[in-house]
Amino acid sequence: MKILYFAWLRERLGRAEEEVTLPPGIATVGALMGHLATLSPAHAEALAPGKGVRCAVNLDFAGPDHPVAEGDEVAFFPPVTGG
Amino acid sequence: MPSIRVQEAPFDVAAEMAALTAGRTDIGALASFTGICRVDDGLAAMVLEHYPAMTERALARIAEQAMARWPLTGCTVIHRVGRLTPGEPIVLVLTASAHRQAALEACAFLMDWLKTKAPFWKREEPREGPPRWVEARESDEDAAARWTRTAG
Repeated sequence: MKILYFAWLRERLGRAEEEVTLPPGIATVGALMGHLATLSPAHAEALAPGKGVRCAVNLDFAGPDHPVAEGDEVAFFPPVTGG
Repeated sequence: MPSIRVQEAPFDVAAEMAALTAGRTDIGALASFTGICRVDDGLAAMVLEHYPAMTERALARIAEQAMARWPLTGCTVIHRVGRLTPGEPIVLVLTASAHRQAALEACAFLMDWLKTKAPFWKREEPREGPPRWVEARESDEDAAARWTRTAG
């Protein structure tokens, strides 16, 4: 599955995207964030609860209970600040 | 149909207004909002990042909402990305309708929703010191939420 990072998440993690194999049992955005947080100390820090990180699955905003599956494009980013 | 554009280049407000009203005699009101890069605390420049695949889709959804809620004859949303210096325009929203209330309300709605529901992020470059990411403001969330509390 393709994971994208934007704004300060991209900078803190030192990458704009990465390929991640979804472990068995990981089926929601919230569970995926928990899994990604185990990949490195930088991931753990950036994706920690309370950081206000938002998510989009296949180009639509998605909450922590939104389902994820192999083949999805999942993006993590801070609250938006356009306009 | 709404006209949605995300671009690095500046935009011409007068030309965009003319395009939205060209050949029509049923438009009695044309509302516009231009967001401009403002100097705060010694700001030298601002860099706007976005999620290209998602941005136009999100903006189109927001514009469709506006078209569904108000009797608009058309609307234009242009959002710039890349590096902008103080005084440069960042965003343009135009709404056209037979009457002013629909045009003005839809214009405010588009800006409020754009600020909270479109994937753009601003990074400020101060004259001195490292760049910093702009933090989302609760007041923007409150402004967007008022449109879900009212019938429109």
